[in-house]
Amino acid sequence: MQIKINEQNYTFDDNLSAGEVRDRIKADADLLIVNGFPASAETLLHDGDLLILIRRGEIPGADELDALLTSRHTPGVQRVVKQSTVGVAGVGGLGSAIAIALARTGIGHLIIVDFDVVEPSNLNRQQYFIDQIGLPKVYALRDTLARINPHVRVTAAHLRLTPANIAEIFGHAMVLVEAFDLAEQKVMLVETFAARFPDRPIVTGSGMAGYGPANSVQTHRAAANLFLCGDGATAAAPGTGLMAPRVGVAAHHQANAVLRLLLGHDPVTEKA
Amino acid sequence: MEITFNGKPRRLPKSISIQELLDQLQLDCRQVVVEHNRSIVSHQRLAETPLNHGDTLEVIHFVGGG
Repeated sequence: MQIKINEQNYTFDDNLSAGEVRDRIKADADLLIVNGFPASAETLLHDGDLLILIRRGEIPGADELDALLTSRHTPGVQRVVKQSTVGVAGVGGLGSAIAIALARTGIGHLIIVDFDVVEPSNLNRQQYFIDQIGLPKVYALRDTLARINPHVRVTAAHLRLTPANIAEIFGHAMVLVEAFDLAEQKVMLVETFAARFPDRPIVTGSGMAGYGPANSVQTHRAAANLFLCGDGATAAAPGTGLMAPRVGVAAHHQANAVLRLLLGHDPVTEKA
Repeated sequence: MEITFNGKPRRLPKSISIQELLDQLQLDCRQVVVEHNRSIVSHQRLAETPLNHGDTLEVIHFVGGG
């Protein structure tokens, strides 16, 4: 039988367990993952299985790292997302969390764009750290993404997006994430990108302020190629602040919608 | 004439532009994305784009926060 171990192909006799194979290939491994799920040493292997062998606490070499980072992914997902380029416009509360989720998912190329710098008031919901205060957000986030998954290519642009530069900057983005703060800017981005790339999906966020029920945040198809994540109504306003839990719910709706689009699934329903 | 507006039928007088409809509905067009017959229409073209019988119009309102 053919087994792929830490992304290398091996041939074994049939009827071997994961533990027996571990003893031959990497005897000190104490975590066994078969086809994306932790398995016991007694698990019988079959032709075509993907086996990941990990020794806890060991920092693997660069070759192995990519496979190990994504060993819990559903097999097949990795091949697709690795070929993908996703644009993230704005890396505040929504965009920073979306970029991190997509980097953990192993997206091949992220284009992150924002003109802002990290301020103390951002830290209640945005994925930055005290020691990053004062840095341009896109550079701080690029550093964080590299610490999470160095195999993700990150293009970071510290500038203000306008109708004049959006098509060029996001020219390679297969999916665009709208993660701006102001409603007028959200509209400007959607109109500009859709005019140039009408067939590429845009995933927007609208309505995630406050601490209303998380279940009121949903993913809708708002137009043919436009998806809206949020409750659609709750604006950031005096007395209704933006807070980590609900912004995070909306951000991960957006990140999941991106993943489903890349994999060829409808972001809203189960149908493919 | 009749169009489909945000998924529901709506009767309109003849020869009205998208901009005129948004004005009648008192929608702040700086905060909406307009999709006309499955294409997103930029703001500059709302006044010059007429609505015709059978058209589909989606008006998507955005709120701030992110």
